Amino acid sequence: MKKKTTMTVTDIRYLAEGICSMTLRYPEGEAPEEVKPGQFAGLYPNDADKLLPRPISICRWDPEKKELRFVFRVAGAGTASLAAQKAGDTVDMLGVLGNGYNTGRLAGKKVLLLGGGIGVPPMLELAAALSKEPGTEVTAVMGYRDSDMFLTEELGKYARLLVATEDGSAGTKGNVLDAVREHGVKAQAVCACGPMPMLRAVKRYAMEEEIPAYLSLEERMACGVGACLGCVTKTAKVDGHSHVRNARICTEGPVFGAEEVEIG
Amino acid sequence: MSEKEQAARAAAGTGQSGKSESGRPDMSVTIAGVTLKNPVMTASGTFGSGMEYSEFVDLNRLGAVVTKGVANVPWEGNPTPRVAEVYGGMLNAIGLQNPGIDVFIERDLAFLSQFDTKVIVNVCGHTEEEYLEVVERLWDQPADMLEINVSCPNVKQGAIQFGQDPKCLEDITAKIRRIAKQPVIMKLTPNVTDIAEMARAAEAGGADAVSLINTITGMKIDIEKRQFVLANKTGGLSGPAIRPVAVRMVWQAAQAVKIPIIGMGGIASAEDAVEFMLAGASAVAVGAMNFHDPYLTEKVIDGMEKYLVRHSIGAARELTGAVR
Ligand SMILES: Cc1cc2nc3c(=O)[nH]c(=O)nc-3n(C[C@H](O)[C@H](O)[C@H](O)COP(=O)(O)OP(=O)(O)OC[C@H]3O[C@@H](n4cnc5c(N)ncnc54)[C@H](O)[C@@H]3O)c2cc1C
Ligand SMILES: Cc1cc2nc3c(=O)[nH]c(=O)nc-3n(C[C@H](O)[C@H](O)[C@H](O)COP(=O)(O)O)c2cc1C
Ligand code: FES
Repeated sequence: MKKKTTMTVTDIRYLAEGICSMTLRYPEGEAPEEVKPGQFAGLYPNDADKLLPRPISICRWDPEKKELRFVFRVAGAGTASLAAQKAGDTVDMLGVLGNGYNTGRLAGKKVLLLGGGIGVPPMLELAAALSKEPGTEVTAVMGYRDSDMFLTEELGKYARLLVATEDGSAGTKGNVLDAVREHGVKAQAVCACGPMPMLRAVKRYAMEEEIPAYLSLEERMACGVGACLGCVTKTAKVDGHSHVRNARICTEGPVFGAEEVEIG
Repeated sequence: MSEKEQAARAAAGTGQSGKSESGRPDMSVTIAGVTLKNPVMTASGTFGSGMEYSEFVDLNRLGAVVTKGVANVPWEGNPTPRVAEVYGGMLNAIGLQNPGIDVFIERDLAFLSQFDTKVIVNVCGHTEEEYLEVVERLWDQPADMLEINVSCPNVKQGAIQFGQDPKCLEDITAKIRRIAKQPVIMKLTPNVTDIAEMARAAEAGGADAVSLINTITGMKIDIEKRQFVLANKTGGLSGPAIRPVAVRMVWQAAQAVKIPIIGMGGIASAEDAVEFMLAGASAVAVGAMNFHDPYLTEKVIDGMEKYLVRHSIGAARELTGAVR
């Protein structure tokens, strides 16, 4: 059940330059029964002239405390306003949205998680979920600009962690696939979130390796719930809902099988 | 006024019309012979087919659900980015993506007909024939009214000419009116010099009502990347930023025509809805602000009722055109 809820900020801090971590608690009795890795929420800036929710991936879900954690880059005025909140403040949230990863399909396999930049946060919840699946071997390869990294310690708890940095100041110099190749990582499935050039490269990589790839896509959104048709991605086949070759990232996605989408 | 209404008025003892026996204001309004339980609708394209928001809103409470524009065949729409936020509103250039009338009838109309609300089907097309084909397909379907989008600013050819030239508008209205089984609402574009002239053209063509405003053509440039934010370059502006323009146009149209007007443009609260009614609208539609608050339609209904009580007004329809 999707709803708009007034959440309470329980923790907010910067993890790296311009990267904010914000934890929000549900009011009593409002929490959803299930939160899947790869799902997201729409966070409303506390700013009267900003109308649209900002789609931000779920980085952690604590079902005991009923807390969702988000890690986001301060990209513009909306995320700046969110980052300016303090513990005890409230933030309106539309959630939880999107399909998320099908962890059942990944269970028992060697799984490669690839996160690039602000694509890192959803990989933490996915790594945590997969760590509970018996026989699942998770390697997380995260790409950052430089050694000002974030979430590496937490990721290391749930997965074998490798990093790549653009400037080579930590881990492999280059991108996440450079690190995969350098370390000769082999996997039976790959999950990726990050900028479009990275996702394209991951799609090619998975085709070469003949393994399934699940990509988390981004597009500018308005409603977040499938009503406005703002957030579509091109699909290989005619989509079951739209009846054209477009699927709504907020509803049919954000996670798609690489072969389902035409990302060039 | 009907006998029942007169009795209700006497019972309520307000000296004003319409107050129901319960003492609550009468929220119903009648447009082209179709009675809505209240004047609050959804604006086309901002509420999907109702399905998407049925998790948030009890559709049975709405005056009407107005569906996303539908054409004779599926439309792909524009490339992305299709939406952008701007000060007090948003731009969209969806390009009227829709699954086509067949799927719409089978899936969306079937879904909506389970609810106790009126269904208004918004129709789009590139050519006269395309509009007429959709209208004809809806003959025997559970649609209470048709809203004809002759005003979409995001579709390259076709529609915009119909909506911007009074002669074309009158012409297409008359052709649709001739074959439509349901009352026809012509949806007007604000991207014209004289909205009153366009409203008169629709009336002259036989429209049963007009709705306005559609979005105002706008643009946003990303100055860092030095490129247009929308793939389509231009997009339709909606949201609170356009409300004063919309209120003014509703008022001008109300001065020009006798047919009912459905007012919209940036409605964010019951107070905004009342403003449109006072300017001359018989009903209102909530659009882009559904994205800000998915519960907004119900809040507008409740708030309007409270406004009527607070001002001892017996019926919502008394608001229409009360400020001249
Ligand atoms: C499914 C999904 C998950 C995401 N998860 C994260 C995350 O975990 N961490 C993170 O840092 N960022 C994430 N993003 C990107 C994030 O939504 C944008 O950075 C943010 O909306 C920018 O808002 P702003 O007001 O600060 O920037 P502005 O540029 O001022 O935003 C203006 C408008 O554009 C929209 N917008 C801008 N950039 C994007 C974008 N890349 N994608 C979608 N809408 C955008 C905003 O929502 C807003 O409506 C995600 C995007 C999507 C679609
Ligand atoms: C995302 C979006 C899609 C829209 N699609 C349609 C459409 O298919 N047909 C139509 O007649 N109007 C469409 N509109 C226009 C709205 O119905 C409405 O006229 C306009 O947005 C002004 O109202 P608002 O400011 O409350 O949104 C659309 C508006 C938005 C924001
Ligand atoms: S954001 Fe509206 S359909 Fe996805």
